[in-house]
Amino acid sequence: MAEQKTIWPFHGGLHLDDHKQASNRHPVQLLPLPTRLVLPLQQHIGQPAESIVQVGDTVKKGQIVARAPDYVSAPVHASTSGRVVEIGTMPIAHPSGLSDTCIVIEPDGDDCWDDLPEPMADFMQRSAADLRERIRWAGIVGLGGAAFPTAVKVNTGGQTAIDTLVINAAECEPYITCDDLLMREHAEDVIDGVAVLRHVIGARQCLIGIEDNKPEAASALRQAIVDKGDHETEVVMVPTLYPSGGEKQLIKLLTGREVPSNGLPAAIGVLCQNVATTVAVADAVLRGRPLIDRIVTLSGQGINAPGNFRVTVGTPIDFLIAQAGGYSDRVNQLLLGGPMMGFGLHTDQVPVTKAANCVLALSHEEAPSPPAERPCIRCGECVKVCPAQLLPQQMFWHARAHDFDRIQEYHLFDCIECGCCAYVCPADIPLVHYYRYAKTEIWTQEREREKSDLARRRHDARQARLERLEQERKSRLRKKKEALEKKSGGDNADSKKAAIQAAMKRVADKKAAQQSAAQESGSD
Amino acid sequence: MIVAILTIAGLATVFGLILGYSAIRFRVEGDPIADQIDALLPQTQCGQCSFAGCRPYAEAIATGEAEINRCPPGGETTMIALAELLGRDPVPLDDEKAAEKPKSVAYIVEQECIGCTLCIQACPVDAILGAAKQMHTVIIDECTGCELCLPPCPVECIHMHPLEATPETWKWPFPAHKPREAVHG
Repeated sequence: MAEQKTIWPFHGGLHLDDHKQASNRHPVQLLPLPTRLVLPLQQHIGQPAESIVQVGDTVKKGQIVARAPDYVSAPVHASTSGRVVEIGTMPIAHPSGLSDTCIVIEPDGDDCWDDLPEPMADFMQRSAADLRERIRWAGIVGLGGAAFPTAVKVNTGGQTAIDTLVINAAECEPYITCDDLLMREHAEDVIDGVAVLRHVIGARQCLIGIEDNKPEAASALRQAIVDKGDHETEVVMVPTLYPSGGEKQLIKLLTGREVPSNGLPAAIGVLCQNVATTVAVADAVLRGRPLIDRIVTLSGQGINAPGNFRVTVGTPIDFLIAQAGGYSDRVNQLLLGGPMMGFGLHTDQVPVTKAANCVLALSHEEAPSPPAERPCIRCGECVKVCPAQLLPQQMFWHARAHDFDRIQEYHLFDCIECGCCAYVCPADIPLVHYYRYAKTEIWTQEREREKSDLARRRHDARQARLERLEQERKSRLRKKKEALEKKSGGDNADSKKAAIQAAMKRVADKKAAQQSAAQESGSD
Repeated sequence: MIVAILTIAGLATVFGLILGYSAIRFRVEGDPIADQIDALLPQTQCGQCSFAGCRPYAEAIATGEAEINRCPPGGETTMIALAELLGRDPVPLDDEKAAEKPKSVAYIVEQECIGCTLCIQACPVDAILGAAKQMHTVIIDECTGCELCLPPCPVECIHMHPLEATPETWKWPFPAHKPREAVHG
């Protein structure tokens, strides 16, 4: 089992201080229920879920409270039993600090389950569509952070054959250890999830990619593979190098295949799933349980007792931090996600969502305020570390000039925002911020173009309709006029003729009468 | 000499025929430049350019009758896109104040609406729903914010509401040159 498998290194990357010991030394702790659970309707990529409950309704644990209105969407479940006390806009974890629609549930403390669907122990006999439907019902989204609906991701449409399932257990960002702990404690569930996913996508083999700084997790997985007698699944140790947990980077590492630009891994016969998502799939299929909790890493020098917690979705972050012993006096910055790809939180009064893997309260030493940016000296360090083999300095140049056509020529949308370029930049340029700015500007322009196309179509349709109505009105008038003329004209002629004829007839009759009278008198 | 004249005459005939044929065969209907300009305009149909909609303004630009800086909803972005398309120099906007207005949509105060249908007739994109003596309402997704429905309303029950950013439509701000915010390790 321990034979060395070939590893195909990806371009660039960084060796970072991993800071994982702070949170991975204790088992996962169970977090009690807070007094209020806030469930955002948008916890995934795609259409937001639509609420199907009213304020005042009582709900049970695992009951769907918001349904998925579209194919690319995910339902939201009540994560405990209780009463819906509010539906409205509330602050959510988002870089903008804006609010979004949420359902607030006040737990009743019973934690009473709703009727759950039957476990599918015989999943090998079920069709892929049945299993996808179950995954969809469970509201599972990519738990690595991207939050793309899993039921959509595993539907390859049968167009491309998937031969390899890649399980992303790299967990390459510093501080984060939630997947590490999950694998140590639930290795068998991971392997169960692998079996389900392999059946759904029809993959022949499965490779679990894990960084070599997690030996306990790797041996737990290997033991589970032996126990389950799974001969097609293999744990592959990859060197600890950020960002080996990027989807495209991990696929390159394990299979040597490169995902094409603007393409999906399915194009090269690979499907990648995060390890926590895999466990959620096992829970949904084998136990009939929806996704209502997750493991969250809480770390940083700003936290008194860092560790991993099993957190109910919707738990406010301030409650989570209070349970972990609260803030230490060194806290300086609050982040959601890792230090490389996460974003700053404006407040800790936001709920934990399905995709929230880590909350960091960093001290001043850990996250010093970045110095003011200086001019780019074109040293090329960013090019050396870019794992997507882009030209960060060129993209920076065009982003700064607001030249969104040129920046796309440099494949802006292949940027995974890993932050390696900004990390090594000697001029302290916040490069990723520039790329995020450019991306959101381009999306806005696209949305506006769509809106103006719609407006043009509607305007043209209106013009056409007005013209048609005018034509119809005119032709109706013309017809009326013609009909009137014809009627009056025709009648007149006829009546005249008839009158003349009648008059002539009268005259003729009179004449005839006179003549006959004269003849009679003559003959007399 | 004769040969030269014949050659030139022959060439002229051949090319003339080719040109004449292509003029018929590859004839372009409409004005492609006006189409391209129209595609860049925001299609609010608001008439702030003093033309009766985006298409007439596009045609006026194409014939050189109008400047490229008269579209406030499009703002500087549209003006620069037009300048690039037409190879002209960018010019400052005609009405900069109007261009700075935030994007908004019309909103009918439904309690005050008397159901006169005047706004429905004024809306260039049929974004107002209603009938005579029935309450009217604006279909927000289809409203372009042109404000053409405001003047005809006899009871002034239509207001413009600025569109607020949602997490979906929010944009990362252009990086400021001062420290903070940017998340890097």
